[in-house]
Amino acid sequence: MSPPDPRASDARAGRAKTTEDPAWVRFGLIVIVVGFVGLMLVLPLIAVFAQALAKGVQGSLTALADPDALSAIRLTLLTAGIAVPLNAFIGVCAAWAIAKHDFWAKSVLISLIDLPFSVSPVVAGLAYVLVFGLQGWFGRWLDAHGIKIIFAAPGIVLATIFVTFPFVARELIPLMQAQGRDEEEAAVSLGAGGLTTFLRVTAPNIRWGLLYGVLLCNARAMGEFGAVSVVSGHVRGLTDTMPLQVEILYNDYDMVGAFSVAALLCLLAVVTLVLKAGLERLQPQLSDPIALQDLRLRR
Amino acid sequence: MTNSIQAATSVTLEGVHKRFGRFAALNGVSLEIAAGELLALLGPSGSGKTTLLRIIAGLEFPDSGQVSFGDQAVTFAHAAERGVGFVFQQYALFKHMTVAKNVAFGLDVKKGADRPDAKTRTARVEALLKLVELEGLGGRYPSQLSGGQRQRVALARALAVEPRILLLDEPFGALDATVRKTLRRELRRLHDATGLTTVFVTHDQEEALDLADRIALLNGGRIEQVGAPATVLDQPASAFVAGFVGQSNALMGEVHGGVFTYLGAPLTTPNLADGPAMAFVRPDQLALALSDETGFPIRLERATPRGPLLWLDGLTAAGQPIEVAIVRVGAPLLDPGTDLRLAIRDAHVFPAPGGAAP
Repeated sequence: MSPPDPRASDARAGRAKTTEDPAWVRFGLIVIVVGFVGLMLVLPLIAVFAQALAKGVQGSLTALADPDALSAIRLTLLTAGIAVPLNAFIGVCAAWAIAKHDFWAKSVLISLIDLPFSVSPVVAGLAYVLVFGLQGWFGRWLDAHGIKIIFAAPGIVLATIFVTFPFVARELIPLMQAQGRDEEEAAVSLGAGGLTTFLRVTAPNIRWGLLYGVLLCNARAMGEFGAVSVVSGHVRGLTDTMPLQVEILYNDYDMVGAFSVAALLCLLAVVTLVLKAGLERLQPQLSDPIALQDLRLRR
Repeated sequence: MTNSIQAATSVTLEGVHKRFGRFAALNGVSLEIAAGELLALLGPSGSGKTTLLRIIAGLEFPDSGQVSFGDQAVTFAHAAERGVGFVFQQYALFKHMTVAKNVAFGLDVKKGADRPDAKTRTARVEALLKLVELEGLGGRYPSQLSGGQRQRVALARALAVEPRILLLDEPFGALDATVRKTLRRELRRLHDATGLTTVFVTHDQEEALDLADRIALLNGGRIEQVGAPATVLDQPASAFVAGFVGQSNALMGEVHGGVFTYLGAPLTTPNLADGPAMAFVRPDQLALALSDETGFPIRLERATPRGPLLWLDGLTAAGQPIEVAIVRVGAPLLDPGTDLRLAIRDAHVFPAPGGAAP
């Protein structure tokens, strides 16, 4: 055994000194962050569940069994059930087009995909009212044909699609760009057609990223308030989604009802977070920019 | 499959142009690749050699010009229909498939009657893994293989579909020197065994000189010269080729009345017009000037014995580095710092570009 290289251990010690802050700084930082998270995130979450269970589990279940509440849950599930698969499909198409092909308006398209994130959801809702509402561009034509979009379920679905569109595409574009086109080109040069190449080469490479994007998309689709509130019209038992129902019940001073529905939404968020964390363990490079960079370098 | 020598196909490129935005990657390339030939596309980065390879594969299409395999025009044929095996620079193995699945991919995606039955496919994969000396590794994933092994998998995968032409993009670029040498011999052996028309891209002249039947030299999207290794080495067609292939000292001088002179040292160049000129002088074409010869002066920096040769590294008064190789037997003792005079025994001389000094 040769003696350890003194320069190496020096370097290690030096690095430890330069990157490690004094104990009081470390302690202070941890206290600040944990205190903030507890006060701003955990405490309200506990409050929601405490309020929901103020009249016991039975009271909460009775509140959820209310026909209006059930109708809100159904509408929310229907909305997410349409918006999420559609956005997943379009998101994969957009990511495929952007990451694997070159065309002149590419950067414009990438910016447009981010639009729903930068526009206030209320504005998005209003925009749909202006387009499909009775006074809007297509309003008269739709009315004449007996098609109701605004203040009805279709409007809610459209607004939700708008707001949740970027999630899948934004998750997949960097992933597919990092993976490059080599594997697809190899498949094609071996005689595979477009669909075969996608199913057998591209899809297995993006499946975790896609699932992750779908989870985030779903969480937002079920929780969206602003845009949906504008186009819904708040017809009880017909056009109220879960977040809207929470607000209505709250304004009616029905605390147990409001917080029971809210708790259900929170549970959904918790399940999403748990699944997301599980996925990250399976596929660390999804959330880790360094691993993603590493992936890019290796190609 | 590997025992039967297939009918090899020739490749013809005529006036191929390709632009990427404002960048002209290929500027009218015409090239004939003979059936069964092993051809190297050699050039610096950005010379268009990879673009040319991708156009032959059908992974890019030319803006104008013709590509044909044999007498069949394939200019715009889809890559999947060309019957070309392509080995990518980074191998592009399917990460989520085992080695055997990777190799079998081209057979698995065949349709209808073209698709061999499962038993034949398995046998073919076995035979190919044996050919590239990877027997028993079919169950591994690409991430569990070394660089050289991945390269062999990529080769086996490309050969599985019985391609008419084998194309390799910088096949040894990502490997270390020893593995590179082994695989180079391996590729030669595979080429001789299969008789396939094979084209590989490289920026490494040693690789091209060592491996190829003929070398096509690309520079700035044009072909500068096509020829056997000895031809491009000894009869360079242009200043670029003379400077790029083989080691040489580039000496900027003047031609007057059929004689090139560099710092007073002359070389007879009967076919050159008067004017500024660049001489590319191999280290062994320089010699210590005899007493009756005119040489140009250098100061010796280092003298390194290498086998039968003594390599001299020196600097001219203007600071240009000069490399000389002389035979060690009978060479005088030379100490660093010594002033030497060198005679030019032979060189490839070309008129200076634009007639101006660099």
